[in-house]
Amino acid sequence: MDWHILAQQLVNGLTLGSIYGLIAIGYTMVYGIVGMINFAHGDVYMISAYVTAICLAVLFSFGIDSLPFALLVTLAVTMLITAAYGWTIERVAYRPLRGAPRLAPLISAIGMSLVLQNGVQLSQGAKTQGVPSLIPATLRFGEGNDFVQITLVQLMIIVVSLTSMAALTWLIQRTSLGRQCRATQQDRRMAAILGINTDRIISTVFVIGAAMAAIAGVLVTLNYGSFDFYIGFVTGIKAFTAAVLGGIGSLPGAMLGGLILGLSEALFSGMVNTDYKDVFAFSLLVLVLIFRPTGLLGKPEVEKV
Amino acid sequence: MSHSKPLLQIHELDARYGPVQALCQVSLSIDSGEIVTLIGANGAGKSTLLMSLFGDPLPAGGWIRYQGRDITGLPTHEIAKMGIAQAPEGRRIFAAMSVEENLLMGAIPVGADHVDADLIKVFELFPRLKERRNQRAGTLSGGEQQMLAIGRALMSRPRLLLLDEPSLGLAPLMVQRIFATIREIRESGATIFLVEQNAHHALKLAQRGYVLVNGEIRLSGTGEELLADPEVRRAYLGGQG
Repeated sequence: MDWHILAQQLVNGLTLGSIYGLIAIGYTMVYGIVGMINFAHGDVYMISAYVTAICLAVLFSFGIDSLPFALLVTLAVTMLITAAYGWTIERVAYRPLRGAPRLAPLISAIGMSLVLQNGVQLSQGAKTQGVPSLIPATLRFGEGNDFVQITLVQLMIIVVSLTSMAALTWLIQRTSLGRQCRATQQDRRMAAILGINTDRIISTVFVIGAAMAAIAGVLVTLNYGSFDFYIGFVTGIKAFTAAVLGGIGSLPGAMLGGLILGLSEALFSGMVNTDYKDVFAFSLLVLVLIFRPTGLLGKPEVEKV
Repeated sequence: MSHSKPLLQIHELDARYGPVQALCQVSLSIDSGEIVTLIGANGAGKSTLLMSLFGDPLPAGGWIRYQGRDITGLPTHEIAKMGIAQAPEGRRIFAAMSVEENLLMGAIPVGADHVDADLIKVFELFPRLKERRNQRAGTLSGGEQQMLAIGRALMSRPRLLLLDEPSLGLAPLMVQRIFATIREIRESGATIFLVEQNAHHALKLAQRGYVLVNGEIRLSGTGEELLADPEVRRAYLGGQG
């Protein structure tokens, strides 16, 4: 195999992995703080793709011709609206079930996922939607047939994703809000005794997770251009796989898991077979669950004494 | 007892865990500046009483007044913001955070204004914590974790400090140090409600005490009265003559 195919697949894998990582953050943070898998999270990501398209369409219809400006506004608006979805979902579907057996919020999450999918299908139509390719520029390295190319959008995906992850890590590790999130995650009851409004912190975590998914949604929509009401399902499950791979509940784990999953999926596609890439990804999940159930960076649950 | 306006007043408090009656008609009061102790055996309901002050379990009957205001059933975090802090049973420090971060968590009810000064005060009280300020709290010894739990509670500048078995599981020398520190804390102006199995130390330190048996207040009196009480001596002081 030629170096340029390998390098090309690494570029593709890094792009895909950044997206998985961004979405996996929502799964892992929510699991860490309330101990549930938010199965509606993939659909929150799907919502953000629609918001992106609508926002771009509105901006262009107003005759805005500065692309960077339009993209920044779209990113901000999409994050805001998607975050509002995340907040509302927690409020409506999960908070009333706090203290209920673990299965209850799980079922509620699946229900929420169906509501979002069908709601979008009804209001936006079932057919695939698209946005035109806005940033066609491509960087190309190499000569003749032996080249590696990276589109500007791919470069954007990698840079924006890594920047967002770094910013979030800083927020969680260095700020008072971050400390409150970690405290609530470790011992919710004690956090409340120390004066933390833990309900508000849980809401904040849903908002952060949704905003990260929104960044992914904007970037993917710019890259692929097409989407439908069902894209949240497979992407959501892949991101969930990434979160488990990295160690569910661990923030660096989600980012690492995303990158590893994206890279290995791309390499498998490039070297073995594209049709079986999903099989490969989920086999990886099965192997991790068998040999290292806590994931790469996860800690085993310790009985509290 | 004739207290005109106690800092904390608990009146005929009932608490349940499911069908189990954990507290039954518990009444007690604490005045500003006092050290009051609550002694009782394992499972008597001591920790339940402290936790029910913070609304979990929610009292099934009775009421709690703090500074004359009814706080029964208020959300936990609001009670914390009124100036009540607790170093709870099992210490419940945040093991994955550094010592300093744990202390910063304690300062949430008062905001960031006094954090630096208060950190210095806590480090003066517990120099050990200063040496380990960047260490993960989970790696501390039992005694150091207890210091951290108390230090964290102090960071909120509490008017009322609840201490749940601060001597539990500590070596005798460490127990003496913790009790000496409690005295220092009181001298700095806080009111202390001390829950202990270590009745001897607790009653010597406290002005007044209550004895909890199976969720009910069995006895109350000054520290000396209780220390001299034959029933207390038999049940909690190892029956020494």
